[in-house]
Amino acid sequence: MPTPDSLLLALYRTMARIRAFENAAEIASQGGVQAWGLSTSAKPALVRGPLHLSTGQEAVAAGVCANLRREDLLTSTHRGHGHTLAKGADVNRMMAELFGRATGTNQGKGGSMHIADFSVGMLGANGVVAAGMPIAVGAAHALKVRGRPEIVACFFGDGAVNRGPFLEALNWAVVYHLPVLFVCEDNRISATTPTGPMTGGAGASARAMSIGVPAVTVDGNDVEAVCTAAARLIAEVRAGAGPRFLHAVTYRFKGHVSVDPGAYRDPAEVTRALETDPLRIARDKLVAGGITSDAIDTIDAVARAEIDLALAAAEAAPWPDAATAYTDVQDTGAGQWR
Amino acid sequence: MALMNYSLAAATALSEAMHADPNVIALGEDLGRGGIFAQYRGLQQTFGAQRVIDTPISEATIMGAAVGMALAGLRPVVEMRVVDFALCAMDELINQAAKNRFMFGGQGRVPLVVRMPIGLWTASAAQHSQSLEAWFAHIPGLVVVAPAAPDDNYGLLASALESGDPVVYMEHKELWGTEGEVVPGSRVPLGRARRLHAGGDLTIVTWSKAVATCVAAATLLGESGIHADVIDLRTLWPWDRAMVLESAARTGRLLVVHEAVQVGGFGAEIAAAVAEATGCRIRRLGAPRIPSGYSKPLEDESRVSAAAVAAAARLLTNP
Repeated sequence: MPTPDSLLLALYRTMARIRAFENAAEIASQGGVQAWGLSTSAKPALVRGPLHLSTGQEAVAAGVCANLRREDLLTSTHRGHGHTLAKGADVNRMMAELFGRATGTNQGKGGSMHIADFSVGMLGANGVVAAGMPIAVGAAHALKVRGRPEIVACFFGDGAVNRGPFLEALNWAVVYHLPVLFVCEDNRISATTPTGPMTGGAGASARAMSIGVPAVTVDGNDVEAVCTAAARLIAEVRAGAGPRFLHAVTYRFKGHVSVDPGAYRDPAEVTRALETDPLRIARDKLVAGGITSDAIDTIDAVARAEIDLALAAAEAAPWPDAATAYTDVQDTGAGQWR
Repeated sequence: MALMNYSLAAATALSEAMHADPNVIALGEDLGRGGIFAQYRGLQQTFGAQRVIDTPISEATIMGAAVGMALAGLRPVVEMRVVDFALCAMDELINQAAKNRFMFGGQGRVPLVVRMPIGLWTASAAQHSQSLEAWFAHIPGLVVVAPAAPDDNYGLLASALESGDPVVYMEHKELWGTEGEVVPGSRVPLGRARRLHAGGDLTIVTWSKAVATCVAAATLLGESGIHADVIDLRTLWPWDRAMVLESAARTGRLLVVHEAVQVGGFGAEIAAAVAEATGCRIRRLGAPRIPSGYSKPLEDESRVSAAAVAAAARLLTNP
């Protein structure tokens, strides 16, 4: 068993890797997202597609995934780099996917918005809000039918609570008593509109409980709190108690997508939020527990070095052969493209 | 050989697949009672409620859960009741099921059979009568099947269950009681059409319930000395280009007939592809672009009759 301090160090390390990945990806996307018509340079950015960064939300991914096993399954959102990394995906293949290279997790076919690593149970980020929820309950349903011991973690944002599949999937999980942990990663904004004024009633946890899914709300920037709550809920799910719901309240440091400076937000709100940076909170706790700042700086430096290597490898990696645009479409009728 | 109706043929194919493979399951509304068209009759009694799953009225999650089930090792059969209800599950079918394999770089497979019965169903009005096969033929990743007879419903469903692809399987709501001989263990390969009437004067391409209409029209035409080659496409994507092109090149005339609205129907795709390849004369015949009406005189406006098919064929064969 890890000591509490070593657990927090491990959580910090995961968060540091996510932060380093997001920062590097953000820089690599500079020059604009071509899909938004906002390219400012003749030379395409290294990451040319939309990039939904989870900067500031690292504690949710780290705290939940610390309680998952490699064989457990996970569905994610369009903001899924953190979940993917925390579930154990290879960082080099992830970065290569953002760069659109043949060596990427998806062979360059998905990019950031569809990042996935099935080899570690990460069943995919998703371009459609709440779309992972029915998939997650279906995967959990299959595990139950097949008598498997694994569970499913289903990440979604606060925007998802206003979509129909949220209701349907929660109800489904209750009806069939499925091994799934719903994680509402509440960054308090739906694309560029605050979620609160768009949401009736008492919010995510109340909605879950009204359907019969026991729910817990935690400070999603306190990785220890997330980890502790997730540990208890996941233990209940593993024990066959049925679905559970974790509502982790956090904050998105960046805009909705990499080219979005988030100028619609009150700067004072952003400043306040930065003071509750999950890495800073964890660092303060580690220092209070006797870990030196130098030791924590070293963790940060190691994470950055790992990502630097991933960047270099991604830039050097080959582009996919155009012929692969025709592979993995379908078997029946393959070759009949027109 | 066994005489069975279109509904029992499908139930038999599914039952055999469930006996052969414990990972085959079915999910949808009212399946435990046999499905609303008896196409699941007896299956829950045989295989249990864990494999023939009665679901809430949650079309989006029926479809989306099936995607998750497929990714986690099952081979689901999804029942949507009627294609009109499947419209509540479009993200899950189009963005999730159809795209999963490609978008994630071949990491997973989604071997689904999604049953969504189509077609006019007497006096069922605008929301229970549509034929939307063209929508799905438009989507990369999907296979689209529309059986017209019991033997095909048996053999095509069996093939669909053996396919690794998501298959949109469109039975016709007015064919459930149609009887015919079925050969146990037979398979109808996906993508192969069937010639039901041979002739050299024109080619009629059709599918689903319109097949019987076209065969009746071919009989009428034969009485007046016009001999039609009638081809039941059976699978819309991939469609049997070889059989259709051979016939159209030989006859020099193509008539495409379907029950769906003619505008933007899959007949337009067949017509254009055959025109490009053969330069033959072309006509299309489908429903007018109106919602199906409830009252008989209104509903009949949406039906394509054998007389109308014969008339279109005569226009095409006039010099």
